[in-house]
Amino acid sequence: MSVSGDILHAGHAMGPTLVLSEPLSFWGAFDPRTGIIVDVHHPQCGACLAGKILLLPETRGSGGTPGGIAEAIRLNTAPRGIILMTPDINLAIGASVAKTLYARDCPIIVVAAVDFAALITVQTITIAIDGTVSAR
Amino acid sequence: MIVDDATLAMQSGENGPAMQLAANLVLQAARIMGAERLVPVTFAHIDACFYNGRAHIDFAKFCLDHAARFAVPAWSNNGVVSLTHPQLYANSKDPEMVQGAITLMALYEKLGCKPVWTCAPYQLPGQPKMGEHIVVGESNAVTYYNSVLGARTNKYGDYLDVACALVGKAPFAGLHTDQGRRASLHFDTASISETWRNSDVFYHLLGHHIGRKSGRRIPVISGLSKSANKDNQKALSTAVAASGGVELWHGVGITPDAPLLESVFDGAETYTVNHQELRNAMQQLSTGRDGPIDVVALGTPHFSASEFKNVLDLLGGRKIHPATRFIITTSRFVRDYCAAKGWNNELEKSGITIVCDICSYYAPGLDNMKGRVMTNSAKWAYYAPGMLPVEVCFGSLAECVNSAIAGEVVRDRLLWNALS
Repeated sequence: MSVSGDILHAGHAMGPTLVLSEPLSFWGAFDPRTGIIVDVHHPQCGACLAGKILLLPETRGSGGTPGGIAEAIRLNTAPRGIILMTPDINLAIGASVAKTLYARDCPIIVVAAVDFAALITVQTITIAIDGTVSAR
Repeated sequence: MIVDDATLAMQSGENGPAMQLAANLVLQAARIMGAERLVPVTFAHIDACFYNGRAHIDFAKFCLDHAARFAVPAWSNNGVVSLTHPQLYANSKDPEMVQGAITLMALYEKLGCKPVWTCAPYQLPGQPKMGEHIVVGESNAVTYYNSVLGARTNKYGDYLDVACALVGKAPFAGLHTDQGRRASLHFDTASISETWRNSDVFYHLLGHHIGRKSGRRIPVISGLSKSANKDNQKALSTAVAASGGVELWHGVGITPDAPLLESVFDGAETYTVNHQELRNAMQQLSTGRDGPIDVVALGTPHFSASEFKNVLDLLGGRKIHPATRFIITTSRFVRDYCAAKGWNNELEKSGITIVCDICSYYAPGLDNMKGRVMTNSAKWAYYAPGMLPVEVCFGSLAECVNSAIAGEVVRDRLLWNALS
């Protein structure tokens, strides 16, 4: 399958998927030094985001999220790409700043709810530079 | 989207790569928010000076190295460490973070940030007027500026706050617009007893309750006392932002956007706040058992001059218990104002430590912030147990002071009995 997404930050990425069942803040709930979710209240506490294509319904609207994702991109502990259902300015800003500072892309793509529901069932995802999301 | 020539010039790189990045970030945010244009802003409160890893330092250095300049007055939020009290970090387990935080604060000062280091910038002279567009990142300040002063800001996350202040413009969307400021639910407080509506602790508990119910929506509150002062409104603003994500509340007849309920609300979702809900809020915030206390922590957000005066009056010359630490966090401005009045000497003689520049619940480097802590701040009570090895006893300002003197939690039975 292949769906077209709205690009918040463009880039190419491929990797195994990780689906989060609840929203995540990248400040406080996530440790950029390790790439691991550290919020004990999050059902996937202990999961490592590094190297994954993250399927995240939405973030928690924390103003610290741009710094958290930018720091993780710097340290190579960030997801390879993030697919959302709801547009998120904080992730987009963090990815843009990291692109300028470290010349690395972590594409951030928004897809429709119906496409999101289909994508959470697949094992590996490719994000193309034009925002196309394909399952393998 | 209509973009002005000056911003387009910045985006094309005419003013260097840092201003180019800033313009790109502002326009990227505008596109995501669906803004049709940018709006000029007059003031910014910068949150990116709060250390969160090396990327923060790299970003500030990038701006500095490429001669970026703020277009509007930009004031700094708290830092992660107190520059006025370096001795508090002598035994820090995270010296790298302490050094990183100090480096970052110095970079923002060099970049032209006014080094006020406070999460309550609205307590300093020179405030925006009603309807003025500004850029704020710190959650309690976003809510205070929007609600109490009627200035207009969205909650700007890290880097976007700096970018808007460099460009001097923000996306015209959300709380910057008339339509974006209308309330979608209504809380009526008229059935809360008069005694309670006039207590300082009421505003913290009400805010905690309303924040949980509202999430990120905009509530309007009726029945608030006309005597609700700036400290009360600060408490309410802070609590709704912490337990929910409320960036604007309206108080009928209290806050400038809402002379009448109809001015901001035409919906049907109305809740009547009752005493049981305030008791529940108290239980959620006060997770520690009453008993001996290690620390009393006040000043979240930073203490105002009137709050210092209240503590001084409540103390009445008595001394803090030798086994209890009493810390009040505030801005340098308020500290100096109180010092000039002679209050700080008296407070310090009683055993109170006044610390500037920081928040005491986010204190990874601060020594000895542990054990059973008493606070009058709903925000402190909400966040600290997840950040520090503490249990929290929440109470009124008078309970905090009396408990600090006794060295154990002292409750105001009359106050709490009136809630049953």
